Amino acid sequence: MMSSALLAIQSTNPIALTPNELWVINTFFYVIAAVGIVAALKMVTTKNVVHAALYLLVVLTVVAATYIVLGAEFAAATQVMVYIGAVMVLLLFGVMLTRAKIGDDGDLDYDSKWIGGLSAVSMFAVMGYSLWEAFGTDELPADMAVQRTGQVANSIFSQYIVPFEALSMLLLAALIGAVVVARRD
Amino acid sequence: MFLNQFLFFAAILFSIGVYGVLTRKNGVLVLMSIELILNAVNINLVAFGALHQDISGQVFVLFVIAVAAAEVGVGLAIVLLIFRNRRSINVAEADLLKG
Repeated sequence: MMSSALLAIQSTNPIALTPNELWVINTFFYVIAAVGIVAALKMVTTKNVVHAALYLLVVLTVVAATYIVLGAEFAAATQVMVYIGAVMVLLLFGVMLTRAKIGDDGDLDYDSKWIGGLSAVSMFAVMGYSLWEAFGTDELPADMAVQRTGQVANSIFSQYIVPFEALSMLLLAALIGAVVVARRD
Repeated sequence: MFLNQFLFFAAILFSIGVYGVLTRKNGVLVLMSIELILNAVNINLVAFGALHQDISGQVFVLFVIAVAAAEVGVGLAIVLLIFRNRRSINVAEADLLKG
């Protein structure tokens, strides 16, 4: 049985957005999406490893903002804390511990880039075609409710409790595994 | 808001990530490109969660983020080990399995 407090958290009353508000949100999304795509392209083409990490930071921030646009507040907060806070620090550690060249490094890419380019472009062509065929101009519901953190917690600790516990074991195993692999003996 | 504007954004990020994995020689940069791919998938999950007004999308995003954190931890440990043994993290040079 769910207590009344939990029910109160769950009863978000959706408010339909006015066309004006929708226009502002849409424009915001297109601007940040453009920034994110440019940063992602710079990330895979830059010759400086540290710059690549900083471009990845921009992309991760854009993704967090996209979660906010879609009304997923807890996912956005987790994205900022785990990715921007922890994973980025880990990646920068990796850059520094492997003594990456300071400044530009000419030897970061394979010589034959066309294989990767062809794979990426054809993959995007297939995905774009099937997405357009499947969803066309489908709209998200105009009275889209913000998905509250309380709802996420209820879902994790009822429906998804077994995967959640399995995930905690996985994290423990990965922690021990990383220490065992990387230690000097 | 169209559903496809988010799905296409995710598809573009995914393709850029695939390009990065296939063209980068540096092990750390390959790991970064994998993070890009995982983020693209997460955008899809959140978008479909918003379309169906279902919380499961967001829950799966949290699971993916946790698995990605574990992956980057173990991945960097392996990259550091390769660096210690070979003084280089060029993944093209790690070819011990080649006959």
